[in-house]
Amino acid sequence: MPDLYGEAMRFLTALALTWMTAATGAFATPGQPTDGNLGFQPAVTPIANRIHEFHDLLLWIIIPITLFVMGLLLWVIIRYNRKANPTPSKNSHNTLLEVVWTAVPILILVVIAIPSFPLLYFQDEIPEADFTIKATGYQWYWSYEYPDQEVPEFFSNMVAEEDLQEGQLRNLSVDYPLVVPAGATVRLQVTAADVIHNWAMPAFGTKMDAIPGRINETWFQVEEEGIYYGQCSELCGIRHAFMPIEVHAVSQDAFDAWVEAGPGTDEANAVIAEYSAARETRLAQLD
Amino acid sequence: MSADAATHDDHTPSIWDWRRWVLSTNHKDIGTMYLLFAIFAGIIGGGLSGLMRWELAEPGLQVFNNGFWGNEHNYNVATTMHGLIMIFFMVMPAMIGGFGNWFVPLMIGAPDMAFPRMNNISFWLLPFAFILAVMSMFVPGAGADQGFGGGWVLYPPLSTMGHNGPAMDLLILSLHIAGVSSILGAINFITTIFNMRAPGMTIHKMPLFVWSVLVTVFLLLLSLPVLAGALTMLLTDRNFGTAFFAPEGGGDPVMYQHLFWFFGHPEVYILILPGFGIISHIVSTFSRKPIFGYLGMAYAMVAIGFIGFIVWAHHMYTVGMPVDLKAYFVAATMVIAVPTGIKIFSWIATMWGGSIEFRTPMMWAIGFIFLFTVGGVTGVVLANAGVDQALHDTYYVVAHFHYVLSLGAVFAIFAGWYYWFEKIFGVKYNSLFARLQFLFFFVGANVIFFPQHFLGLQGMPRRYVDYADGHAFWNMVSSWGYVIMLIGMAFFFLVLIDAIVRRRKADANPWGEGATTLEWTLSSPPPFHQFSELPKIK
Repeated sequence: MPDLYGEAMRFLTALALTWMTAATGAFATPGQPTDGNLGFQPAVTPIANRIHEFHDLLLWIIIPITLFVMGLLLWVIIRYNRKANPTPSKNSHNTLLEVVWTAVPILILVVIAIPSFPLLYFQDEIPEADFTIKATGYQWYWSYEYPDQEVPEFFSNMVAEEDLQEGQLRNLSVDYPLVVPAGATVRLQVTAADVIHNWAMPAFGTKMDAIPGRINETWFQVEEEGIYYGQCSELCGIRHAFMPIEVHAVSQDAFDAWVEAGPGTDEANAVIAEYSAARETRLAQLD
Repeated sequence: MSADAATHDDHTPSIWDWRRWVLSTNHKDIGTMYLLFAIFAGIIGGGLSGLMRWELAEPGLQVFNNGFWGNEHNYNVATTMHGLIMIFFMVMPAMIGGFGNWFVPLMIGAPDMAFPRMNNISFWLLPFAFILAVMSMFVPGAGADQGFGGGWVLYPPLSTMGHNGPAMDLLILSLHIAGVSSILGAINFITTIFNMRAPGMTIHKMPLFVWSVLVTVFLLLLSLPVLAGALTMLLTDRNFGTAFFAPEGGGDPVMYQHLFWFFGHPEVYILILPGFGIISHIVSTFSRKPIFGYLGMAYAMVAIGFIGFIVWAHHMYTVGMPVDLKAYFVAATMVIAVPTGIKIFSWIATMWGGSIEFRTPMMWAIGFIFLFTVGGVTGVVLANAGVDQALHDTYYVVAHFHYVLSLGAVFAIFAGWYYWFEKIFGVKYNSLFARLQFLFFFVGANVIFFPQHFLGLQGMPRRYVDYADGHAFWNMVSSWGYVIMLIGMAFFFLVLIDAIVRRRKADANPWGEGATTLEWTLSSPPPFHQFSELPKIK
């Protein structure tokens, strides 16, 4: 007689473990969505890290509350159905109970608010920045300028499916990506030329509306080198889903070489491609 | 006196007489028309969401690939019209126009609404508004592409310079007319509830459904004019050279968002509040207990309605507001969790110690309470601007508001439908089919919307016709959920067909001693004119 119960439990445990590691993002490639995952993309900026910490706290609050309500519902279904309790009670007031279920949620909200406001101000107050990037949303592509490096506006279009190169991602890769040095604090100014767009980068925890006639500011500091993908997050018309954002976080030297080569040109792209290839070889050797 | 009333009662016109419907001043007939209209609009709105789930079932373009269904713009039209139709032409007509018209007068012991002719025009404006909205899908919107694809929020400049065709103008006109219809209805309900309660029914003895409608129509009356103003400014920006929202003329697109959400946030409470009232009655009826904490329940709704007006900018955390302003909206928004929690716990306390019978409406009501809780706690997550920066405009938001609306409001509507079906139509329904509908809806809706939380956390933006390949799995699951829900919908129509074919005469009160409100003292269906002699409330 095979141990069916043991087999089933082992299978379920394995399944649960797979899900949980997937949920925490251990198997996820940073900077892009991973199929079947349950949680955030891995965080690569201080803002994203703090968002994830706060969200973890929220999960520890909202999941028990939901289970508590579900438990109460199941209890009344079992204990107070017509068979189990043929004669209903007549009580319809309990002042103490009503005070409790008003006061306890307020206390829970205070627990949430205590970390929530510091996070909000941390996101909003831009620290001393190393340099500024200006991003402009167009129907349906982005442009970038680096005023401090005197890099003029260059455009960043999605790579069409039929033109995808090895390693590029459908609907996410662009022809001329944004490049930043890892570790640098970047001030991002966002605006739009026609309708409202939104510059969103999940791995950075960055999301800022690009509004014509306004300049919005935010910031990020990418802690790890890598390639990160984001997408326009405000409905902007027919090709809304096809104006992605690609950011390469590289070494300061590679960044300087890229600026030197003239961003928005194939030469600049070649610098970054060469750097990425070298980095991948390096990482492969480390493994 | 009563003899006159009796002869009047005999004049129930035939249901085949067109004048009974077109010229109707009878709150029950008008309520029935609202309900049938909501079913019709719901089929179209639900069909649009079917196209969306079909498109999103796998990566790439399946449906909106320049074939019969058009291109990516038509996908945006589908999302836009799904939202507008479900809100303005399905949930609102069903809750306020349908159940409100039917049961507010019955529950307060009134013979009819205060302004029966205004009631007529409130209803008859709606089909025309709906026709305009549907027409807008088939006239040029953006360039040669047909329909308006800028989302139900109609943000400029996409809704002004971004859509140069007449589709958007038709939509503005449609919403104006729907708004007039709702404002007239709101005036009617307020007057009715304030002036026509039966002797002895003080405001603190009103049934909770009447309370919920009262709060709802106040929200309508105060918020819709703001929408009308914003829509008119869109209209003049588009056609008459003004620049309210055009930065090149000194205007500001963000001002539109403030105006819209000053309407839009109360609007989402308009959609759910009558549901709160319906659920309260059902829970009390089938637990055979009076509602727990009646006053707390009533004033929780008043509080939700009031707070609903001072939280609007939590829909706009990413527009670049000053951080102190965001902090205020975070705090104000989280406060809503308190009265909402009072309602959830009071429903459970009503069941506690009760003698619960799991008839069809009760199953829907219990489903509602659980699912609304899920949607409520994700609302607390989104209230925090810090986290919202990651989740804003992702599928997490879609999951959240479908848990409170598609699973909340719609479950409340079906709960009310099966609670009052026999009262309204005077025939019994097949409760097996109705329970199967509940089962498929409960499973299907959760399979559709729960995975969307994961998609949102992974960063999938809303309103995307095609997504990155890393979002494929949960989108596929979500689309299968739609199929499950569709089977549930088939059972809904089976219930209707079965009831029409078998015509089993309904009892005045099918629910027993737990059903204590005045509508159960009347026959099913009630006489064409009721309460010729006003009931006395002890």
